[in-house]
Amino acid sequence: MGEPIEKVSVIISKGSLEGIYPGLIMANGARAEGIDVNLFFTFFGLDAINRKRHEHIKLATVGNPGLHVPTWLGGFPGVSTVMTHYMERSIESLDLPSIPEFVEMIADTGAGMFACKASVDLFKLDKEDFIEQVQEIITVGEFYEKAAGGEIIFT
Amino acid sequence: MPNRNYAGVDVEVGADGFFIHPDQWNREMALAIAKEAGVDELTDRHWQVIEFMRNEYLEKGDSPSVRLLGKTSGVPVKELYQLFPKGPAKLAAMIAGIPRPRSCI
Repeated sequence: MGEPIEKVSVIISKGSLEGIYPGLIMANGARAEGIDVNLFFTFFGLDAINRKRHEHIKLATVGNPGLHVPTWLGGFPGVSTVMTHYMERSIESLDLPSIPEFVEMIADTGAGMFACKASVDLFKLDKEDFIEQVQEIITVGEFYEKAAGGEIIFT
Repeated sequence: MPNRNYAGVDVEVGADGFFIHPDQWNREMALAIAKEAGVDELTDRHWQVIEFMRNEYLEKGDSPSVRLLGKTSGVPVKELYQLFPKGPAKLAAMIAGIPRPRSCI
C-alpha cells in the first residue's frame, strides 16, 4: 500500500446533476476517511452553490449518450424535468441527499468551500449570490496555494 | 490475521484494524482501540455514537454512514467530526468493534 492521501482539492466545473454529484461524493467520501478537503466551484459548477439555482439542478438529457435517450427526444420541452425527477427519486432511494443538502452536509464535515473568481466575474455574480457555506471567492493562484501538498481532482 | 490484545483479551482484527468477530468486543476495550485510532478520550457524546453504531450494526447487519449517524444518532454531522476528526463512521465503527462502513455516502 502507498502513502495514505492526507488532503484533496475537488474542482466542480459542471452545472448538471451528473456533473455535480460525483465531485460531491468524492469530497464527502474523503472527509469520511479523515482526509482534508477543499471544494472549488468553477464555471457552471457555481450553480451548485448558487442560492437561486442549487435546488433546480437538471440532468442533461441532450448530448448525453450515457443516458441512452436520443438527443431529438431529450430536447422536447419537459423531458429534462421528468428525467431529473426520475433520477432524483432513484438517488433518494439510495439515501443520497439532494444537492443543497449534500453541499451543506459537506460544509458541516469541515470541508472548505470556495468559488472561482474568474467565473464569478464572468457571470456577474458576487458573494451574496452564494449559500452561506461558501467561505471565499478566490483566484486560481489562491486555489493552488490552498491545494498545496494534496491531490487535485477535476470533475 | 493480525491479533491484538485489548483489556486483556486476544481479539482478531483485519489488516485495516477492524474487528473480524464483533462478538469478541466489550466496552472495556473501547478506550484502548480509540487511543490507537487517535481519539484520546471517550466522552458521553463519543459513547452515544459508539453505542448507536453498534446497535445499528447488530440490528441491521450494516455499519451506518456519517449521514445516517447525523440524521439519527442525535449527534449532528458537525459535532461528529469534532468527536472523531479522522472520520466519524469509520472510527466509531472501529471503536465499537464492528466492520468498516461500506457506504459511499
